[in-house]
Amino acid sequence: MNKSALKEPLFHVVKRDEMKKQQEWLIRGGSILLALIICAVITTIFTGDNPLAVYKSIFMGAFGSSRKAWITLQNISILLIISLALTPAFRMQFWNIGGEGQVMIGGLASAVCMICLKNVVPNALIIVFMILSSMAAGALWGFIPAFFKAKWNTNETLSTLMMNYIAIQLVAYFIIVWEVPKGSGKIGIINQDTNIGWLPEIGNKYWLTIIVAIVITLFIYIYQKYTKHGYEISVVGESKNTARYVGINVEKVIIRTMLLSGAICGIAGMLLVGGVNHTITTTIADGQGFTAVMVSWLAKFNPITMIATSFLIVFMDRGASEISTAFGLNQSFADILTGVLLFCIIGCEFFIRYKLSFRKKEKEEK
Amino acid sequence: MINLVAFIPRAVQQGIPLLLGSTGETITEKSGNLNLGIPGIMYVGAISGVIGSFFYEQSTTGALNGFLAIMIPLLCSLVGSALMGLLYCFLTVSLRANQNVIGLAMTTFGVGIGNFFGGSLIKLANADVPSIALSRTSAYFSKVLPWASSTGWFGKIFLSYGFLAYLAIIISLYASYLFKHTRVGLHLRAVGENPATADAAGINVTLYKYVATIVGSMIAGLGGLYYVMDYACGVWSNDAFGDRGWLAIALVIFTIWKPDIGILSSFLFGGLYILYLYLPTGMDHMELKELYKMLPYIVTLIVLVFTSMRNKRENQPPESLGTNYFREER
Repeated sequence: MNKSALKEPLFHVVKRDEMKKQQEWLIRGGSILLALIICAVITTIFTGDNPLAVYKSIFMGAFGSSRKAWITLQNISILLIISLALTPAFRMQFWNIGGEGQVMIGGLASAVCMICLKNVVPNALIIVFMILSSMAAGALWGFIPAFFKAKWNTNETLSTLMMNYIAIQLVAYFIIVWEVPKGSGKIGIINQDTNIGWLPEIGNKYWLTIIVAIVITLFIYIYQKYTKHGYEISVVGESKNTARYVGINVEKVIIRTMLLSGAICGIAGMLLVGGVNHTITTTIADGQGFTAVMVSWLAKFNPITMIATSFLIVFMDRGASEISTAFGLNQSFADILTGVLLFCIIGCEFFIRYKLSFRKKEKEEK
Repeated sequence: MINLVAFIPRAVQQGIPLLLGSTGETITEKSGNLNLGIPGIMYVGAISGVIGSFFYEQSTTGALNGFLAIMIPLLCSLVGSALMGLLYCFLTVSLRANQNVIGLAMTTFGVGIGNFFGGSLIKLANADVPSIALSRTSAYFSKVLPWASSTGWFGKIFLSYGFLAYLAIIISLYASYLFKHTRVGLHLRAVGENPATADAAGINVTLYKYVATIVGSMIAGLGGLYYVMDYACGVWSNDAFGDRGWLAIALVIFTIWKPDIGILSSFLFGGLYILYLYLPTGMDHMELKELYKMLPYIVTLIVLVFTSMRNKRENQPPESLGTNYFREER
């Protein structure tokens, strides 16, 4: 892009006026298409499969059987919940990349309830404790960086990142404390015989996560759009000085928003431990705290659009794992395809906001 | 008590990838680009070198040519990480995408590339080996200075490293000289502090951002190469590099954007990283080791908070860090 000629540049970049909504979506659709083509080319190079078959196996990987489809929906829901959790913080320009740690610590809190309270209080009460403690733990993990940010303007990107690793090591510590059998380095399914602390099934075991995701989507949508808190968040995000001028307590908004963010991440952790996996490992969040940042950004912080973006990411991810399993390749293939997808979609925003105006001369190609 | 003569060399070996990573990131950040893709770039740097030397080792039987054995992985690694830096610049400088988001995507992408090729290279190349173990190449990379064994503790602590370790120290000393005492360094800092002013003064902001970020990525990529070729003896295992890339980014703040301070602090971090191996736990409390592994992160967090509390003017990040520059937007 850096083709500036010596005298007059070949083109220069101009900011666009408002673009038509239709046209915007056309560009975004085009970028997804471009990403799909690049992905297919890459896959064809590595597997020798023909591109159409690649698309088919991506689709079959995500929706090939009803079980696969349900798991895809469940994964979408978890990713959506985490993305929604991070969104209010991003709107106030607080770069919380500690979703990973907040999910882990929420999951850990649930696991503590499941293991330590199992013969002490009745099952229903355990589940209540799980919900409360995981929210509290996640909120605490959000509070610490927020407090430092509000008080001394500590860089939140790095402090939330460090909180991730502290959470991971805490989980690793408890895994060794509780490991079954000793020396195996893992916990195994918690309360497999009694199912104590397992979240109740609604219909089938996937629905609960999906319903929670829908509820949280609506909650965040309303919270951001129709409440005073949501308004304060967007003012702080636009300009802290403006916010102070109109009498918003910026420090309070930062801390309050991060408490909320962390608490919702904690719920995601509880769903993962109590509902989906029934165990806890150091990789239970599986990088989704980071992926969620991109999901939220792609959706421009709109909870409803986020359903689509998390669908896209999970769809590609599951499809790519199908391909890598089929061809005996490494599972990280999915990360490469996800990366290509993200670069294309994020890069295309440029063409929505700006346009290139070319040098006005004779049409001479150089 | 910890045996320092044994501990210090290990701490330094752990510190070298962090040093290269943080020097690279410092150069990048001086131009105003906050490249969170460094962890991914370090993976790419490592795997590119591995791929280069893998094919070289496969194609030659018997002794390797020492010059080629070093130059092939080195060049592959530099090219791989430079391409990643170029991608980052294209997206953030030319297309003005958000730096944090692109950085995180680059990390996912880069770690994915590392693990994918690390896990599938043998199958893709139809090679007849059980695992990627480049011990012949590694022997050249980890060749220590000739006096290392004959000078006792002095040799062990100061001379027992491969050439990339000394290169890392030279690079960071040079980078710090560059920032402080040269015109290029002054221009670079101007671009990072206030691109609009730099632009008005006739400095090519885009060029500086591109060059600084790409050079920074190449240096960081060398950190990955050092890790796999020297520290890990040429054996690639997926995810082994771990979170060192993130620690390298944290080190940039720890060293308040000064690469010369980075030398000792990265060794300190390297020491913290492996301290858990040396702290006593007793046989029945192995779980404590997991808590000791938290140390580098807790120390980083505390340092972050303290540097922000002191809030001195000369210790601040480049003014425009993390924001993209568009000339027509004032």
